[in-house]
Amino acid sequence: MDVILKNGRVVDPANSMDTEADILVKAGKIAQVGKGLKVQDARQVDCKGKVVLPGLIDSHTHFRQPGREDEEDFVTGSRAALKGGFTSVLCMANTNPVVDNKGVVEYICSEAAKAGLINIYTVAAVTKGLEGKELTETAQISAAGAKALSDDGKPVINPEILRRAMEYAKMFNLPVISHCEDPFLSRNGVMNEGLLSTRMGLKGIPRAAETVMVARDIEIARLSGARLHIAHVSTKESVEAVRQAKKRKIAVTCETCPHYFVLTEEAVSEYNTNAKVNPPLRTQEDVEAIKKGLSDGTIDIISTDHAPHSAEEKDVEFDFAATGMIGLEFAASLSYMELVKKNVLDWKGFAEKLSINPSRLLSLKNKGSLSEGADADITVFDPSGTRKVEISSIESKSKNTPLLGRELAGTAAIVIVGGKIKYENGKFC
Amino acid sequence: MAVAWKRKDLLDLESLSAEEIELILETTGSFKEISQRPIKKVPTLRGQTVVLFFFEPSTRTRTSFELAAKRMSADIVNIQTSASSLTKGETLKDTARNIEAMKVNIIIMRHSCSGAPHMLAGSVSPSIINAGDGSHEHPTQGLLDIFTIKEHKKKIEGLNVSIIGDIAHSRVARSNIWGLTKLGAKVTVCGPATLMPPEVEKLGVKVTYDIKEAIEGADVINMLRIQLERQGQNLFPSIRDYSMAFGLDAGKMKMAKKDVLIMHPGPVNRGVEITPEVADGPYSVILEQVTNGIAVRMAVLYLLSGVKERVE
Repeated sequence: MDVILKNGRVVDPANSMDTEADILVKAGKIAQVGKGLKVQDARQVDCKGKVVLPGLIDSHTHFRQPGREDEEDFVTGSRAALKGGFTSVLCMANTNPVVDNKGVVEYICSEAAKAGLINIYTVAAVTKGLEGKELTETAQISAAGAKALSDDGKPVINPEILRRAMEYAKMFNLPVISHCEDPFLSRNGVMNEGLLSTRMGLKGIPRAAETVMVARDIEIARLSGARLHIAHVSTKESVEAVRQAKKRKIAVTCETCPHYFVLTEEAVSEYNTNAKVNPPLRTQEDVEAIKKGLSDGTIDIISTDHAPHSAEEKDVEFDFAATGMIGLEFAASLSYMELVKKNVLDWKGFAEKLSINPSRLLSLKNKGSLSEGADADITVFDPSGTRKVEISSIESKSKNTPLLGRELAGTAAIVIVGGKIKYENGKFC
Repeated sequence: MAVAWKRKDLLDLESLSAEEIELILETTGSFKEISQRPIKKVPTLRGQTVVLFFFEPSTRTRTSFELAAKRMSADIVNIQTSASSLTKGETLKDTARNIEAMKVNIIIMRHSCSGAPHMLAGSVSPSIINAGDGSHEHPTQGLLDIFTIKEHKKKIEGLNVSIIGDIAHSRVARSNIWGLTKLGAKVTVCGPATLMPPEVEKLGVKVTYDIKEAIEGADVINMLRIQLERQGQNLFPSIRDYSMAFGLDAGKMKMAKKDVLIMHPGPVNRGVEITPEVADGPYSVILEQVTNGIAVRMAVLYLLSGVKERVE
């Protein structure tokens, strides 16, 4: 049955639109956008007071399938995504086995289709086994459907290999997503380096561990002429490095994650392993710089770096705890609370960072906009919705988040994927 | 006495108030005499079970705690293991819950990971005493150092105390810094820049890389043990180079005040951070620290046990 979304505030940066309107969804596509649409035989959904956005796209997710399905799989991950308002995600390659050949790419595409809830895309590794030594078979991987290349979780240590990978990726218009971390500077580090790491007696990760690699990778992007996308930017200096690179017209984009503009290193005090993440949570100064980078366009994308970990991997000594936190269910709420409500971004900016920019990065066809004829992936966001973060209500198989106990404002009310309502008012359909 | 002891655990000196630290020091005074008796035993902790849960090798601290508990008639169990033995599948928390299920009163814990005792304190009911966690804190060492200083100098407020060596990796340094600054001492930390923790000056201490500055005018000099494996991590070029710049020898002692106290938490690397003639010299109170360690630990065990009757 067709669906008509009535009287919502339709925000669609691709069409410079921010106005109250109706959207008709027909046969999986957006059929018509306009005021006072009158259609029979369509389910009418009142969206008054809600914001209707192109379906949110997460450019940085870990679903742990294959290999650690005890932590997350395509079904539970998709449910977490839907609850958070996401219609598409890009999975990173650091699974077991690693996504470093055509076979694993095909496996992911077919399993994702079986889960059938959202659009699941995959990156493939830059190097075989994420070992930084041998290039993966890019032509085959690209043909099998991988949307980007990344050794995420690790940097490509050898700059010559990164250069060649980027040159090769350019032929297939694949961006290379770089995890910027100098492993020598960050070695054994478990939190941000500074006064707090001194007080807690924990080994710190200096900000420079990230920024030297951002600077290096920008130069390699210039050298190779390929598209570079910098993952999870966490420091003030990295934001500045990207800002300068963009001024120099180098093909670089970058993303940050909500935890880098909502939390600071204070979240790890009391040795809270749920706040242990890589790169580590930084300082208030970095939070401000990241907000500035989001508002002036230096930072293109808000991704989640959704990283599920079992309780056994987190409920241990801080040094031994796994790094990462789940994020899909909270990213849109946190972006609304910290950015839209505080006038860092308007709704158009929100839709850019969470939908059209990731769609452009990954060259997703017919996604990221509400243009007539586009895929009907739509997120209806309710700014008046609230949610308390509690273990019992987390959809993700893993519950590792430092937000436990927090009240969130703004929730996904309705999520439509490929023209079908998949999530509505707290229920999966 | 200004305050009563209300805490379940002793995890660090950072979170203690000056009054709480004074309370422990005062209590220590009344326990010190027991170890000088011919029969060194009081029944204060009779019927209480104390577990020594050591994930790192230790002779001095473990023996000191064990004697402190024994002299107070507690029943003691020793568990010595290594953090890596947890690869057997049992987590630290599981192990601690098992110990808790055996109805013990106090767990004294040493662990190579900073924060491990904090994690346990929040999840099991026995009192936890931190006997050293990673590079974080070693509160009873800090307390025994302060007690020893106070015995000699009668007060802490206004004293110049220099801590020299590997500050970055030292839990002794952190506990001393917190305890001493809370009680009003002026603390200077000195060591190579590579072994200085980031932003340490924000803890209210003076930082110097010149040992001369740390020695001149100091009422107390606390020399830290330098771990020889740090050389392999390029944190200093060689032992020889380190000793030349930061080792305390008779020559450098000429710059010191005539009533300076020389301390060291042990074990001493003779000839590396301190020469034998200084370690064994007239200003050294290194062995007094060891004696006072037992009294401090008796006081801490007593306060945490909640037992009302003190000494017989």
